[in-house]
Amino acid sequence: MLIKRKEFLQIGSLATASVFLPKFLKAFEKPAMVPPGNKVVVVIQFSGGNDGLNTVIPVTNDIYYKSRPRLAITKEKALAITGDVGLNPALTSFRELFDDGNLAILNGVGYPNPDRSHFRSMDIWQTASNSNEYVNSGWIGRYLDAQCSGCDKPTQALEIDDILSLALKGENNNGLAFKDAAKLYRTSNEQYFRDLQKAHEPGEETADYLYKTMSGTLSSADYIFQKSKLHPTSEIYPATNLGKDLKTVASLILSDINTRVYYVSLGSFDTHVNQENQQKRLFTELSDAVKAFTTDLKKNNRFEDVLMMTFSEFGRRVTQNASGGTDHGTANNMFFIGGGLKEKGVLNAMPDLQNLNDGDLKHSVDFKEVYATVLNKWLGADDKMILGKTSNYLNFI
Amino acid sequence: MPVSNRIKNQHLLWRAAFGPMAENAADLENISQKQLWKLLIKTSSKKPEKMVIASGLFDGMMKGVQDVVQLQKLTAEQKKAIRQQSRDGLKSLNQRWLQEMINSEAQLRERMSLFWHGHFACRVINIYFQQELLDIIRNNATGNFGELLRAVSKSSAMLQFLNNQQNRKQKPNENFAREVMELFTMGRGNYSEKDVKEAARAFTGWGFNLQGEFVFRKNQHDDGSKTFLGETGNFEGDDIIDIILKQKNTAVFITKKMYRYFVNDNPNEEKVALLADRFFKSDYNLATLMEDIFISDWFYDDKNIGTKIKSPIDLLAGIRRLLPMELEDDNMQLLFQRALGQILFYPPNVAGWPGGKSWIDSSTLMLRLRIPQILTANEAININPKSDDDVMMGQMTEEKKAAQLKKGFGKMTGASVDWDAVSKVFAKQPREKLLPLISETVLQASSRSNNAMLDKYLNNDSRENYIKSAIVHLMSTPEYQLC
Repeated sequence: MLIKRKEFLQIGSLATASVFLPKFLKAFEKPAMVPPGNKVVVVIQFSGGNDGLNTVIPVTNDIYYKSRPRLAITKEKALAITGDVGLNPALTSFRELFDDGNLAILNGVGYPNPDRSHFRSMDIWQTASNSNEYVNSGWIGRYLDAQCSGCDKPTQALEIDDILSLALKGENNNGLAFKDAAKLYRTSNEQYFRDLQKAHEPGEETADYLYKTMSGTLSSADYIFQKSKLHPTSEIYPATNLGKDLKTVASLILSDINTRVYYVSLGSFDTHVNQENQQKRLFTELSDAVKAFTTDLKKNNRFEDVLMMTFSEFGRRVTQNASGGTDHGTANNMFFIGGGLKEKGVLNAMPDLQNLNDGDLKHSVDFKEVYATVLNKWLGADDKMILGKTSNYLNFI
Repeated sequence: MPVSNRIKNQHLLWRAAFGPMAENAADLENISQKQLWKLLIKTSSKKPEKMVIASGLFDGMMKGVQDVVQLQKLTAEQKKAIRQQSRDGLKSLNQRWLQEMINSEAQLRERMSLFWHGHFACRVINIYFQQELLDIIRNNATGNFGELLRAVSKSSAMLQFLNNQQNRKQKPNENFAREVMELFTMGRGNYSEKDVKEAARAFTGWGFNLQGEFVFRKNQHDDGSKTFLGETGNFEGDDIIDIILKQKNTAVFITKKMYRYFVNDNPNEEKVALLADRFFKSDYNLATLMEDIFISDWFYDDKNIGTKIKSPIDLLAGIRRLLPMELEDDNMQLLFQRALGQILFYPPNVAGWPGGKSWIDSSTLMLRLRIPQILTANEAININPKSDDDVMMGQMTEEKKAAQLKKGFGKMTGASVDWDAVSKVFAKQPREKLLPLISETVLQASSRSNNAMLDKYLNNDSRENYIKSAIVHLMSTPEYQLC
């Protein structure tokens, strides 16, 4: 006979966690209320290595068309944004955002000695390390460390996912990952866990750390769930993964939750074969979700406070391969979307296709400069401490 | 309260093995730690049986192909098929080895092998290479560190992973030489950049053939004079390893890492120095070092017991050792590994899994707390990891994902536990002593759960149900994450 669920973990009452929390864990229970005007970052990770050249297309560059006889997107099909630059045809809402002055494109973003393994390069981007360093904390996690040393507010950085990415793991603080606020609440709202917490006597350091994490999770689950219900959005979002994720993000941005960074991902962009269809499908999902999201924010007068940024672990090679796809490359472009951009449109020169490194683009901007800019100028944080170095700031925000 | 003999024995079993198992958990009251240690040594003394997933030259050729010229001759479809085959192979090897950690009597060997698997971290998607590397590790896990280091350094897996195939006289690649010193032997600060360059020159020509065998390519080797760590000569790779082993720093680095892994995340420098000294004098005899640690009195100090966070593999193997079970779906173990952040054969990078508190965040902790229930009560598990391309245990295309969602992916069924075997552990106990004994068998942490609180959650229908519910509840605690 198996143990029945209800015998094991009785679903608790709706009483908030605070009733049961021992005193030393209560520090968390005073979330700093954030007034509207709170600047927020939404990171969209393109997993798998998005092909930047078919995203922001150099429509007057012969080398591009010669290198990709089968895959190149013609000037006619691309969504023109300048005389020389077009967007992937699936990114229709991005063109509208461009027209409204709410889109910026940064070309040639990368890092020295690029690594072509997905995992390693993603680690480098998420930890903001050099390519010969191994770092165990992410740039957003270290932002959390800097923001709240001594306190525990995992809700300051949230990932919409079942698994927390390295980007959101700090040395002492971690962000929190969840796919669905109600589910997070249900799975953590167990009377048994609350009773365990109540019975725990602090003492041994590692056990206390585990209890602190559990306590933070339980009360965050409560907090997030309550906040997410405050402003159910009236906007209709597409029924895709990203659509649902951005809907969750919007409902929280519109509440007074203290979250500063949201992290979502889309993939897989690993288009070794059959690139055209795969990229089209993903970009359609992206474009539709971003359209609903930005419309929602605009209607609620929060678009000025939100900066969306996209990145991928690497771009792809300039030359197409023999299977209708492209292989792993290096530097890539990033999109910035928001109502508060200071510089708009194409921010810098398109990649130089004449001057390649073994068939790969050379980077012209180090991605750590982008992070430094966002941390310093948007989040008002100490980028030097978080990134461990002094960086040049960019001017788009 | 003084630590009981049972807790001490379980401490040894959690650190030098994968925790107590149902069959012998009852006997841990009376045996001494020294006797138990002798048993561990004895049961690990036989040569391990090789785990073979990819066999024969054909497999080696196909799965071992990494040579650019060879690769270019293959079509995209063939390449994809080979990579898929390799991923599937790694999945099987993962399950095989985990099975061994759970059931093998050679517990000490498998535990040491897992340590070395994280130390000599290697991430190549090539079943043949990984299978050979694992075999090298399992054969040398409790032997001599120098021999282990040399064999690993000559393995196709490591030479491939650290780019030594590209290390040629005309165009040296320093990656291999650098990591051997930084992560495998001495650690940063004990050599100069010049030493890295000179060692890289000495390693030129070290490579492997299409069968995955080590070869020394003389025509690619730089046979000029090198100066490395103060010695000068026309060194080759083996000379560099000899010189590295002559450095006391190597013994200190390895000892410290073992202390962190087996004893405490915060090493006691004085103890490390003493241990390293004996390890160095023994010419890197691992049996000596392990014995120095595991039969010392201080190993059983309060501050070392129940204060380490179990790795995901420790957790999974530990549950399955105390609760013998048949899994309805083996893939569940891979999903757990992935969701908890430790997939065998996929370390995050050459530095291995950082361990300690880095295992824990909100998501991993809440899943850890639910795993005992998922396994024993067929509770649905609903985790959908994002596609991770070169990490995924099998390529997760959008189509596959959609198909899996339709089928109800994430709703994996649990396991059937042999509760009779488990109940026998506690057979002779009077009812009032039952809960304290179960608690002492399951938990190592000194901050143990409050039995009075726990009691109200337990199923009193029958003795067996009481035992079951007590174990599952105790395993669903923060304390159970500690060993």
